[in-house]
Amino acid sequence: MNFSDIFQQNQEVSGGVFAILMGTSLLFGRNGMNTYLSSLFEGFWLNVELFVLTLLMAVPLGLIITFGSMSKFRPLKWLVKTFVWIIRGTPLMLQLFVVLYAPGLLFGVPMKSRMTAALVAFVINYAAYFSEIYRGGIESIPKGQYEAGAVLGMTKSQVFFKVILLQVIKRIVPPMSNEIITLTKDTALARVIGIAEIIMAAERFTKQGLIWPLFSTGLFFLVFNGILTLVLGWLERKLDYFKV
Amino acid sequence: MPILEVKNISKKFGNVEVIKDISFSLEKGETLSIIGSSGSGKTTLLRCLNFLEIPDTGTITVKDEVIFDAADPESGNEKGLRDKRLHFGLVFQSFNLFPQYTVLQNVTLAGMLLAKERPDYKTEKNKINEEITRKAKEILDSVGLSGRLNYYPHQLSGGQQQRVAIARALALNPDILCFDEPTSALDPELTGEVLRVIRELAERKTTMIIVTHEMSFARQVSDNVLFMDDGVVVEYGPPEQVIGNPKEERTKQFLERYFENNNNI
Repeated sequence: MNFSDIFQQNQEVSGGVFAILMGTSLLFGRNGMNTYLSSLFEGFWLNVELFVLTLLMAVPLGLIITFGSMSKFRPLKWLVKTFVWIIRGTPLMLQLFVVLYAPGLLFGVPMKSRMTAALVAFVINYAAYFSEIYRGGIESIPKGQYEAGAVLGMTKSQVFFKVILLQVIKRIVPPMSNEIITLTKDTALARVIGIAEIIMAAERFTKQGLIWPLFSTGLFFLVFNGILTLVLGWLERKLDYFKV
Repeated sequence: MPILEVKNISKKFGNVEVIKDISFSLEKGETLSIIGSSGSGKTTLLRCLNFLEIPDTGTITVKDEVIFDAADPESGNEKGLRDKRLHFGLVFQSFNLFPQYTVLQNVTLAGMLLAKERPDYKTEKNKINEEITRKAKEILDSVGLSGRLNYYPHQLSGGQQQRVAIARALALNPDILCFDEPTSALDPELTGEVLRVIRELAERKTTMIIVTHEMSFARQVSDNVLFMDDGVVVEYGPPEQVIGNPKEERTKQFLERYFENNNNI
């Protein structure tokens, strides 16, 4: 494929996007277009909020879970492994309901905010997945790296932070990119516990007989993930200066 | 007075006793080669000296100080091990350079981390680090790598990587420098440059223990040779004796097989 082909294709894609937006604006008229777009943006803002907060908390929490699942203290190790098994083995959608209702039903302390419940469920779920990616990354570093650090008089934490960690990060960027992109789309699940994220916002229009708002939500995710893909690709290239 | 005295060291993995009651000593400036077939316990012995394995029995004495005594339960704890390890340097068969650091950083990293524990580190930080860098460059120059300071390990040949590993070990000024089959992972045409560096170290009277399969090299550079078989020391003495004129039947067999195979190539 040569350059002009690519150019042509891109033109077709952007042309398609333009047509959808034009089409919807014709359907709604100018004011209708505004309400529809602003309610979708309002909804998507909740998706972005969930995404950013989940990432910020699940990334470090995952590391703590990893240390637990790699612990030499057997009871802790099995406890953490069971936890990861349950979280990865049940639907995220179900976990959202459990986090929302269980505190009230079991302990008589109902969840005050649905957003908090959604966030807790997402953080726990993603931390469990991240922890397994971290564990794979850590275990893939050859024993010789630890030994080389040890015979040079480094402490265990110096070996981990100065020698091992960056090699692990380099190895986990591709699988983490996958998970992170999945997370953007999973945030849409929050609607099952009544978070008015973008798809829920669009469904209101569907009930009025308009399907286009719902279809166009895909564009929000596409653009967001496009930017994300660029950022993650940049990070991957940044770590290209060494080989592991 | 020997710089290193190893007494009655043994090590079991499960039910297999890999080294059995090994004793030997090493004078300052001496080069000792340990030879023997694969599985004879040579590498385990070296790893015991660097405390990558903790011996089950025996004592290790460096410069008249007992640094390890298997009978003392405190002997194997992590904090104490760090200081003890610094008496020894270890060059691995597979180099084990840190891939994310340049050649120079590989050599300075451990020294700079250790320097943080010095009481004057806060006030003298820059001076200390400059000194570590200066010394590292000097050592890298002596192994012929002054032109590669800012390369990353993956940009170097195996021979160059191993020379960086030697420089990295030398940078901490160990009392005894250990080599675990330093040329076994190298292509034949690259072994020469590594052996040349080790030979120069021997000429400069660096105290060394070399586990090796290079018989003629061991014969040339060693002051003493230790032949191990099945976890025990079978024969020990100057190379002319152990390699040139072995007394023990097992040593003769091993060398015969070795030279036969090498002549066939």
